[in-house]
Amino acid sequence: MQSRDFDVVVMGAGIVGSMIARALSRYAIRVALVDRANDVGTGASCANSAILHSGHDPSPGSLKAEMNRRGNELWHDLVHELEVGHRWTGAMIIALGDEQLPGLKKLLARGTENQIPGLEIISRAEVLKREPLLTPDVSGALWTPTAGVIDPFGGTVAAAENAVTNGVSLFLNAEIHDALVSDGTLIAVQTTAGEFRARWFINALGVHADDFMHLAGDRPDFAITARRGEYFIFDPNRVQVQNVLFPMPTDKGKGILVSTTAHGNTFVGPNAEEVADKEDTTATRDGMAEILEGGRRLIPSLESRDIIAGFSGVRATGNANRDFVIEISATVGGLLNVAGIESPGYVSAPAIAERVEGLLRNAGLEMVAKNEWNPRRPARPAFKELNHEQRSDLIRRNPNYGRIVCRCENVTEGEIVDAIHSPVPARDYDAIKRRCWLGTGRCQGSFDYPRVMEILSRELDIPMTAVTKKGPGSEFLARTTKG
Amino acid sequence: MTCDTSYDVIVIGGGPAGLAAALSARAEGNVRVLLIERNDSLGGILPQCIHNGFGAVIFGNDLPGPEYAYRYQEQVEAADIDVMLDTMVMDLTPERDLYAMNATHGYLHYRPRSIILAMGCRERTRAQIRLPGSRCSGVYTAGTVQRLVNIEGYMPGRRFLILGSGDIGMIMARRLTIEGAEVVGVLELLPFLTGLRRNFVQCLQDYNIPLHLSTTVSNIIGGQRLEAVETVKVDEELQPIPGSTERIECDSLLLSVGLIPENELSLKAGVHLDPRTGGPLVDSTMATDVPGIYAAGNVTSIYDLVDYVSKAGEVAGRHAARYALEHGTGNGNNATAGRDASKAGAMVAIRPGENVGTVIPQRVRIDTSGNEEVTLMLRPNALIERKVTVELWDGDRPIMSFRENYSRPAEMMVHTLRAKQMQALAEAHEHELTVVIQ
Repeated sequence: MQSRDFDVVVMGAGIVGSMIARALSRYAIRVALVDRANDVGTGASCANSAILHSGHDPSPGSLKAEMNRRGNELWHDLVHELEVGHRWTGAMIIALGDEQLPGLKKLLARGTENQIPGLEIISRAEVLKREPLLTPDVSGALWTPTAGVIDPFGGTVAAAENAVTNGVSLFLNAEIHDALVSDGTLIAVQTTAGEFRARWFINALGVHADDFMHLAGDRPDFAITARRGEYFIFDPNRVQVQNVLFPMPTDKGKGILVSTTAHGNTFVGPNAEEVADKEDTTATRDGMAEILEGGRRLIPSLESRDIIAGFSGVRATGNANRDFVIEISATVGGLLNVAGIESPGYVSAPAIAERVEGLLRNAGLEMVAKNEWNPRRPARPAFKELNHEQRSDLIRRNPNYGRIVCRCENVTEGEIVDAIHSPVPARDYDAIKRRCWLGTGRCQGSFDYPRVMEILSRELDIPMTAVTKKGPGSEFLARTTKG
Repeated sequence: MTCDTSYDVIVIGGGPAGLAAALSARAEGNVRVLLIERNDSLGGILPQCIHNGFGAVIFGNDLPGPEYAYRYQEQVEAADIDVMLDTMVMDLTPERDLYAMNATHGYLHYRPRSIILAMGCRERTRAQIRLPGSRCSGVYTAGTVQRLVNIEGYMPGRRFLILGSGDIGMIMARRLTIEGAEVVGVLELLPFLTGLRRNFVQCLQDYNIPLHLSTTVSNIIGGQRLEAVETVKVDEELQPIPGSTERIECDSLLLSVGLIPENELSLKAGVHLDPRTGGPLVDSTMATDVPGIYAAGNVTSIYDLVDYVSKAGEVAGRHAARYALEHGTGNGNNATAGRDASKAGAMVAIRPGENVGTVIPQRVRIDTSGNEEVTLMLRPNALIERKVTVELWDGDRPIMSFRENYSRPAEMMVHTLRAKQMQALAEAHEHELTVVIQ
């Protein structure tokens, strides 16, 4: 089995792992980013609410509160450095009926304690002016101006690309099956892509972070519960809210929200259902009914016939006071755990990376800044976003941009080929979808499947029958026809 | 980017509606016609429909899809019609500014004197019918599989289950069986077949493929690839019956659950759609409510037979060409603000009543000259297996009626108005008549 040596191995290439890898790529150390999937960001990072929360909600004094506030601050620069699709929309927490009005004051007090800027309680009239589709039952709202929405796929891909461009080695299809601990120190992990040895291992394995701890002999008491959340996306031609709309939070969480996305769609979700199987991202009939009903409490006009897509994801809820765990293991040397990163994990990721960087430095890892480090990741052209003149120029430079592959979202062959040959190459259909938003429109890929298969086959130089939806085992085609 | 105003008529879409429209537009006289198609060949969906069942009305012959398309394609090539393949129309305005692009010519801007929308339709997807379960590989729409098998030459699986008894689903059941795959069954949510009866006989019965009515998919199971589908029986309200679930092992699920007219461009052009058909409101000249913009075929409503799509295309082409000729030549900057005054007013709307799902056209332009043939296409929404009467009501009195052998949602009723019937329409009191099936 091939063995590779690094200073730091980051396990898990979700938004947290990718942001950590990017943060470490600044220094003259050898860093590997390892994930079991065929692409980065295929777990919770690609199936969540994609909201850059302001930080008004977590319990004051918690790590969640600190990471959220700082993460939101960092993302305000990062969206430009990494050129990630986003909109700083602000968010409203909606009170329904007079009985929920006192709750707004409590939320405001909590947010103020969390040092969130610009919080304000706004009147019913003002709320309805900003979002006319809201239910007439609305009685007021807490306005959090620093919140926003982000392209959740783009954020992870951009962070990972920037890390790779700055020298991080990325290993995909590397599922961890063993941890080698010697004299109380983790010295290697064995994966389906070979063995990795390092001085430090960062556990950013999402819902599986506890499994890895236990594999390495750390914190047997710590456990993660997978809580599944289901979502629907609506046809933007039929329904469009302009804001991020939360119901009043309950003990269970932030509740079922209705929100605009970075892409201009409207979505509703998530519910929160504990699932025994941490991989269980199936959509259920009951769950689908629950989120639609939940969404209608805020926006009564939501119609099931206007749904164009549904998805679900699992969040990693830890049992350590339900707070984030970001710490060097007390029992296993060389292990740093980043666990229980449920909501607001996405927005917190850059702050978590910053904290991990500090922990490693304090623990004695020599971190010398590289001169050549480039924080900027240029986005590739998104044809749909361009005006007529820009489109014309682009096609003149590269005729591949003149060929539309995805009719609904106007994704061109040029964008697909670019994604396949990018620093974190898109090697399957879903990976292209996450980068280009192909197949996310009304036809959900019906028209583009055959074309994309051809392009993947040609660009990766693999047979059509080896083209996959999401990595090995998900091939589209079984064989050629008889003829 | 310069604006090319040299075309009289631009047809968007080179399927059966667009081909017929381009031909009939060109035949109207000295008319410059451009046909824009996004695929690399003409014919729309027909080249992948290698089964027969096409052409009985137009050619008096039972033809396979590619042959039907080829006959039109030959005529288009022989006629003086410009064709652009691999070209996507990106934008369309009410003033008929049309932006298109391809890899060879780049980004293009046209302003023709009239436009024909012939973009066809697309398949309803898993999300639109909210199928629960895993998002694994192996769930396809039937038309995608038809393309993969018949055009690309690949089999997307070995053991198939089909949801939906629409025509494409049944035809693919037979096709996949012939190609050596196992088709374990066809499920239909409704208590009756939604496709044509002849396809049930020729595609399912003849190949011993079971059809399960009042049954749907309750779960999709699989990690990377589909492993099994859970099915459930439904009651009269289409609600799942507890305890009736069954697990069916298969590696592919085909969805044949309906078609939706594709009208994103129509909406950009300000064309109003009929919520019943999902397509533009058209009159009997196939004119939409935006001057100079016409529509024909599955973009207006889902048809049962391609022959009638071609016929609608002919009507649209003829009138679009006439509009272009009447509205001047030259710089093309003469987009008229209102509807052609000479034809305004003489219009009767037809509203679907009892047992009628949709009507095309939704409005009839009164023309008693005898030169214009007007055909009403009705889509029933009730299954009635006996002789029925179709009646047109003007307020509280019926003004015409005709007989049909049965009423089946899978089949359209086609009725061409005779001169006497057109006269009855002209004399109607109401602006809106109601059509019913009894």
